[in-house]
Amino acid sequence: MRARIAATGKYTTLILGCLAALVPLVVMVLTALKTKQDFATSGPLDLPTSFTLANFADAFNKADMASAFVNTTIILVVSISGTILIGTMAAYAIDRLTFRFKKLIVGLFLLAALVPGVTTQVATFQVVNTLGLYDSRLAPIALFMGTDIVSIYIFVQFMRSIPVSLDEAATLDGANHFTIFRRIIFPLLKPAIATVVIIKGVAIYNEFYIPFLYMPDADLGVMSTSLFRFKGPLGTQWEVLSAGAIIVIVPTLIIFLLLQRFIYNGLSAGATK
Amino acid sequence: MTGLTQMVESRTNGSRLRRSRRTAVMPQKRRRGWAVTPWLFLILPLGFLLVFTYIPVMNMLWYSVTDWDGLSKTKEFVGLSNYGTFFSRPALFRVFFVSLYYIGASVVQMALALYFATILTFSTKFKNLFKGILFFPYLINGVAIAFVFLYFFQPGGTLDSLLGMIGMDGAKPQWLGNPDIVNFSLAGTSIWRYMGLNFVLFLGAIQSIPGGIYEAAELDGATRWQQFRYIIAPSIKPIISLSFILAISGSLAVFEIPFIMLQGANGSATFVIQTVNEAFKFNKVGLASAMAVILLLIILIITWVQRRLIPDEEVNLT
Repeated sequence: MRARIAATGKYTTLILGCLAALVPLVVMVLTALKTKQDFATSGPLDLPTSFTLANFADAFNKADMASAFVNTTIILVVSISGTILIGTMAAYAIDRLTFRFKKLIVGLFLLAALVPGVTTQVATFQVVNTLGLYDSRLAPIALFMGTDIVSIYIFVQFMRSIPVSLDEAATLDGANHFTIFRRIIFPLLKPAIATVVIIKGVAIYNEFYIPFLYMPDADLGVMSTSLFRFKGPLGTQWEVLSAGAIIVIVPTLIIFLLLQRFIYNGLSAGATK
Repeated sequence: MTGLTQMVESRTNGSRLRRSRRTAVMPQKRRRGWAVTPWLFLILPLGFLLVFTYIPVMNMLWYSVTDWDGLSKTKEFVGLSNYGTFFSRPALFRVFFVSLYYIGASVVQMALALYFATILTFSTKFKNLFKGILFFPYLINGVAIAFVFLYFFQPGGTLDSLLGMIGMDGAKPQWLGNPDIVNFSLAGTSIWRYMGLNFVLFLGAIQSIPGGIYEAAELDGATRWQQFRYIIAPSIKPIISLSFILAISGSLAVFEIPFIMLQGANGSATFVIQTVNEAFKFNKVGLASAMAVILLLIILIITWVQRRLIPDEEVNLT
């Protein structure tokens, strides 16, 4: 009997938790499916009496989601490739090589992880401006590539598990450090690279403030900023705004359903370091 | 991250051994001192680190003692007066109190995460489905979340309709319009967004406890509560403390949701919103830099306290 009550309680709370997570989202889907008139005459929780996909087309065109998608993809691909290259190189130097001031340099990387990103934009803005990167895709790309300490950490940690005897064998065969890095270490880092791609990919796709601050040009909108600017002219047309929000959420949902296991593991690896 | 330092140290010792071995094999290849190769590997990472982290931080320290407006060619040195301004103007200083709502929210958030992580550890139907649904909000784009909750909280929106459904039709407060309520609404949104991350981290930590221990405890007659109290809680203490410290520095750095939803209006401005507004809206780069420096110092202190309080070792059950 007691066990039955415990089980009921357990599933009740789980279902309540899931409802809390889902209801705000489901309401957006319902709203996006309503026609303008249907929206005006029904409550948020009412099912649509009409069914239309016009809001999605409307949102997609008005928010210029096609160009946002292209911009986001370019920024994602370039910054992630850069992060991987820079991160693995830094990790190789830190883990496998000896050099002067090593402790100091590792300390610099560690300290940088603590600097809160958004506030330093006050001063970063001047640097980006001086470099002539303002209002171009290069600004977010450079910033995403340049400040990722977590990736370096993940790479160093993974590299530790690659036996040094492999490097030594290659050295005896006459390989220098660049060959060892390129031919031996880098290919073996694949699982760590997958982790970084996931963490970094989610972070960049969701990043709002950096593209908002550095790419005010309407043609340079990414998913976040296009959706944000979309709100201005439409004010209270929630059936269209909901459709816009859903268009931004759907790619995340697809990636999540496909890569669930990797995402859980990747985030656990990244978040606590 | 102290792990990294330790790891690097042990690695350094290891490679010293290796080097002596290698020196024996190829004496001509190892030169002490300024070997070029490591710096070729480091030049890009270090370059980015200096240009996009350390130069801004240095500049920020310098701007914070000037009256710079971000545009003019000249900067007047004004000593610590920007810091004085921040602490003496209640309108600025009150943003610290907004953080308290988010610190409160993170306590609730972690309690919920711990509860769900614990009950999902024991055999449950549809475990992966529950896990996925509870976690998914964490992955959603911040602007989309802001839209979802603007609609959720607006008059006659989702929340009001839900309350109507359970018969609470009475006075419907302005969830986002009333300065006394707005921060509760936004802190609630923050729980909705971040609970999933804590939950998955806790679940991972709990699942790394060997399952046999529960069986042994059950044979000894331990209840579920006792299993939680004496097995689960002690072994995930490190991750709980770490999450709590991260939650506190996170609460001070809250930005996205209140900025996107309300641009900091109705008393929802947080420390970071106030800082970027001073810098980019009111062109007070000097004052904004001083605020950024204050936040940086607070976060460094919190991290230092964390290092002192929480030893970097794992609890070992076996």
